[in-house]
Amino acid sequence: MTALLSFQNLAIARGDHVLLRELSGEVSPGEILHIRGANGVGKTSLLEVLSGLRNPEQGTVVRAVEPEACHWIGHRNALNPALSPFENLHFWCAVQAVSTDNVRGALREFDLQRVADHPCRQLSAGQKRRAALARLALVRRPLWFLDEPLSALDEDGVRHWLGLLQEQQKQGGAAIITSHQPLRIQLPGLRTMELG
Amino acid sequence: MQAFAAVLARELRLAARRRAEWALPLVFYAIVATLFALGASPNAPWLKVAGPSILWVGALLAALLSLERLFRGDYEDGTLEQLFVSPQPVSLLVAAKLLAQWMIIGLPLTLMAPLLGVGFGMGTGVIGVLILSLLLGMPALVLTAGFASALVVGLPRTGVLLPVLVLPLVCPVVIFGAGAVRAAETGVPADAPLYFLGAIAVLCVCGVPLAAAAALKNALD
Repeated sequence: MTALLSFQNLAIARGDHVLLRELSGEVSPGEILHIRGANGVGKTSLLEVLSGLRNPEQGTVVRAVEPEACHWIGHRNALNPALSPFENLHFWCAVQAVSTDNVRGALREFDLQRVADHPCRQLSAGQKRRAALARLALVRRPLWFLDEPLSALDEDGVRHWLGLLQEQQKQGGAAIITSHQPLRIQLPGLRTMELG
Repeated sequence: MQAFAAVLARELRLAARRRAEWALPLVFYAIVATLFALGASPNAPWLKVAGPSILWVGALLAALLSLERLFRGDYEDGTLEQLFVSPQPVSLLVAAKLLAQWMIIGLPLTLMAPLLGVGFGMGTGVIGVLILSLLLGMPALVLTAGFASALVVGLPRTGVLLPVLVLPLVCPVVIFGAGAVRAAETGVPADAPLYFLGAIAVLCVCGVPLAAAAALKNALD
């Protein structure tokens, strides 16, 4: 099966400090790659390099899809605090050139219909995370890059997210997820890469 | 163009909700210009000579006030990262953001200048040139300040760095802008400085969105 993403001999640094070196791997359709490690070990930097947000110091990343055809959910939610979750998601649909018809549906899927029109500054950290993850439901992308997706999520939020992840696998997509804790989920095709 | 319109609409919606962001520069501009007029004796001859420069520098400083944080919010909340993984050219989205800033900050300052110009004893013809010079020059000011704002977006504290970066770059705009108004006041044709302002504006419109997008990408690295 052709890999959606492969990387060879990566070296990644922050300033003068080399975080990771000689890192290789690949992600095939239907796979979930969980990158796990302690704080500061370079998980986010690796995810940024794999997604194309920044270049590695050394090594190559080969993607079967363009970075623009991927989902990126960083540890910051990309929600403007003065706009509501509906307005934020509506904006992202327009920027991603996809239909805005399903924004309410995606918010409902994450139980955000009650706060859909409240400014995001009034939302809790968990609600903001849900609103960010609702982007995954709005448009199908073959490859997801998720940085600490479960931070601040309650059990209900994790369940919604897990449903989306299973749907992504069923449709032949893949996801690369970072976290410093075990994911505590059972999924076929889930692999863990330990850093540090 | 859907993405361009979306960024433009978002910026205008945010401006409608944060009225202080565009109202404060206007108040600042009015206060600065009025203080000069109040500080001089009535009908002081130097006031008429210095009027064009005061109105131009006042507009520049007022615009700088609000443009310092142009990209900071998007950088801090993760919006910039998302823009760089979108299928749209980031320079196009940056252009939409800068156009919105001109509409929110530049255009109101341009429209306010004639009122202040009356306080400096400017006649109708001179005020016409003042408006025209600001219409041509303000886009260059907003774009240059936007580029500088993109350059410093990753720095924790910018302080006076932004004005120090911007002020030397916009010297030609202020020279030609104030020069055009002064020429009109002395009865000399103002065409030449206005042409120069137009040329600078075209240069900025073509080049700054690309340069600002590159600066923002660098800040994310």
